[in-house]
Amino acid sequence: MPEPFLELVDISKSYPGVVALDHVGLAVSPGEVIALIGENGAGKSTLMRVLGGVVEPSGGTIRVDGAERSALTVAEAIAAGIAFVHQELNLFDNLDVAGNVFIGREPVHGGPLRLIDRKALYARTQPLLDRLGADFAPDAPLADLSLAQRQLVEIMKALSLEARLVIMDEPTSSLTLSETDRLMRVIAGLKADGVSIIFITHRLNEVMQCADRAVVLRDGRMVGALTRAELSPAAMIRLMIGRDLKSLYVPPAAPPGEAVLDIVEAVTDTYPERAVSLSLRRGEILGLAGLVGSGRTELARVIFGVDPLRGGVIRLEGDPIRAASPRAAIDHGIYLIPEDRKGCGLLLDVSIAENISLPDLSSYLRFFLVNTAQETENARTQRERLKIRAPDVGTTVGSLSGGNQQKVVLAKWLSMRPKVLIFDEPTRGVDVGAKQEIYEMLRRLADAGVAILMISSDMEEVIGVSDRIAVMHEGAISGFLDRSQFSEHNVLQLAVGHAVEMRVP
Amino acid sequence: MNKKDLSLLVLILVVGAVVAFINPRFLYVGNLSNTLNQVGMFGIFSIAEAFVIIIGGIELSVGSVIALLGVIFIDLIVNHDVNWVLAVAAIIAGGLVIGLVHGALVTRMHIQPFVVTLCGLLIYRGAARYYTEDATAGFGFGASFPTLEWLTAGRTNVLGFPLPHSVMALVIVAGVAWVLLHRSVFGRYLYAVGKNEEAARYSGIRSERVMISAYVICGGLTAFAAILFAMYTRSISPAVHGSFYELYAIAAAVLGGCSLRGGEGSIIGVVLGTVLLQVLQNLVNLLGIPSSLNFAVMGAVILIGVLADQYLVQRRHHVSPAKGRGQTSVAAAPLERVKVD
Repeated sequence: MPEPFLELVDISKSYPGVVALDHVGLAVSPGEVIALIGENGAGKSTLMRVLGGVVEPSGGTIRVDGAERSALTVAEAIAAGIAFVHQELNLFDNLDVAGNVFIGREPVHGGPLRLIDRKALYARTQPLLDRLGADFAPDAPLADLSLAQRQLVEIMKALSLEARLVIMDEPTSSLTLSETDRLMRVIAGLKADGVSIIFITHRLNEVMQCADRAVVLRDGRMVGALTRAELSPAAMIRLMIGRDLKSLYVPPAAPPGEAVLDIVEAVTDTYPERAVSLSLRRGEILGLAGLVGSGRTELARVIFGVDPLRGGVIRLEGDPIRAASPRAAIDHGIYLIPEDRKGCGLLLDVSIAENISLPDLSSYLRFFLVNTAQETENARTQRERLKIRAPDVGTTVGSLSGGNQQKVVLAKWLSMRPKVLIFDEPTRGVDVGAKQEIYEMLRRLADAGVAILMISSDMEEVIGVSDRIAVMHEGAISGFLDRSQFSEHNVLQLAVGHAVEMRVP
Repeated sequence: MNKKDLSLLVLILVVGAVVAFINPRFLYVGNLSNTLNQVGMFGIFSIAEAFVIIIGGIELSVGSVIALLGVIFIDLIVNHDVNWVLAVAAIIAGGLVIGLVHGALVTRMHIQPFVVTLCGLLIYRGAARYYTEDATAGFGFGASFPTLEWLTAGRTNVLGFPLPHSVMALVIVAGVAWVLLHRSVFGRYLYAVGKNEEAARYSGIRSERVMISAYVICGGLTAFAAILFAMYTRSISPAVHGSFYELYAIAAAVLGGCSLRGGEGSIIGVVLGTVLLQVLQNLVNLLGIPSSLNFAVMGAVILIGVLADQYLVQRRHHVSPAKGRGQTSVAAAPLERVKVD
């Protein structure tokens, strides 16, 4: 194995209240393919952002060709030959392929006019296309290319910058099988040319297929490295989990009742060939686990009427309903606490009281006008009940912490009469204390007869809070787990599309 | 009245005092009464514009609508002997329909409001000129509608001051609009949709309907203003009548605290903005500034006002970045920046 040209030593990064990286080390040698794996939020992306010069580490050193640095800037990272292929590609779809590859570095002629030398531009792009075996021309408009082809354009951009290391963040998450195969061949080709690859993925079979070694992160720490010989899905999953969960679980006061919400063969826009069926019972918390992009949020949006239902039936208490809009869903007593709290959940520069009353303003009427006294009073009640920490209910929501903002979203719905509550990542960006309070509120709501669907990528939360878990994989339910089957291993198995051997402890 | 409105009021008083000091004719009853009459008419369609701006839209066809509906109105009552009550109703209905069409194009066909209403601006102006064959529409000799004229263009002595009826109409319109915007459920929805349409939708607000209603209200009020203008000028040359009025309306709304991003603005602010614009017009006349500089003066004053406001907002944020922030949160950091720019 040749000498590493890039080494990360003891890299740490902490944000207020969160340690994203905890003394992580990584060395990259020329021509090496490293798979970086770990659960959502394990610190993979942060580590790669440190490499790309986007994030400045709080501690540790970065050694490039023997020179030590405490941090890289983006320019230094590029100069060191580190290139990024982002999950959401940074391309201009109003330019052609060559224009994208050489954006900001276009060959020019015409002296002070600095006209773009199209001939040179295309001439320089062609060899890159040949090298990757791409089947499109340098002057093809980007808008006409498929996602996989666009990815190749990103890789070409990296190569044109003389990249020695190409970092790919979940490059295959939106590719078809044959496209994935081709990408694997491209990776092998780059490797043969001495280019190193780090790729982040959730798909363990790809790791098996092309990685020289795998590095596993968990909770910001590097918990293991597997050599080619040691690689196996079981070994990777073991390393990805490998921790004891604190038990958060509070059992329900009564066994769950009859089914409240039945989803039968529901089809969403994102996964038109997959159908989802599940039923949600009164008084239970059903955890919906799965990897990012497995279609959980899309399902929630369909139930709440944001997106159209493309097939199947949704039944509420036995009666089929058609929620054509959130208004209709709300009128049925189905409420959503969305994942994107700031974009969809709240009006940030509006007061707590006005946010809470917004979905149900018509019940605050007095002579057709909003009864602000009643509005304030209700907001105060909710503030007490949910322990929203704010000086006053007139405080604008944007100035609250994440946890308190989430409680305001919850307060909107609790002022009404929920039958079904869908939580999409209920504690994302929420501090530990508020998390616990939200979990307690979930249980109290369930005990009061509300059916709760909790989408979560936080394993501790899914296992610690749910009464039952449904796991999604690529747009379909890959399995249900009862409490006796709860384990990170089982959830993860289902999430990556493997079957679970049903062992009862 | 919020801080912004208050500072606008102070600005108006200062400008007024300066003008009165240089040329006392500013305070003559006749001059004040005429200026108020202008305020009344301009204020009504500025409030109309504010409704659309608050939901994050824009309405550029105000001036052309005033011309088109104005010539139709005069034609109806003068040449077709339509009862003026019916004619008024028809014109208001026409304005509502125009608003409905604009709203539908914006929300259902997803065309940008700027484009929709820019096309409106061109189409209605052209239609107005075609309708009269580019001739001036007006009341001939002997044509007389005493009740209508008294109602729309008349003045009533209040404590010895001839108060124009247009300004009384503005007070009523502003009062209703104030209650609607600042106290009613519908007003809440307007602001919510303007602030964050997505979040409004997730809260069960039928945002498309709310947006269409804003355009409809705008159209109706503009039609009302069109009648007042027709009765005030008594003759309409369709090529120029009402031209640039949309810009007066937008200027008044912006002066009154409306953000073109939507979700902000107050009715009192818009009325005060209209007053300031008319005082500036008057200033140009009274101070002997060449009337060709009319627009330049207005533009300069608006620009200075907006810059000063921006400066004050930024200073407030720099001086006390942590004020009113019980807990520190990572989340709040980017918000700070959004508010400043």
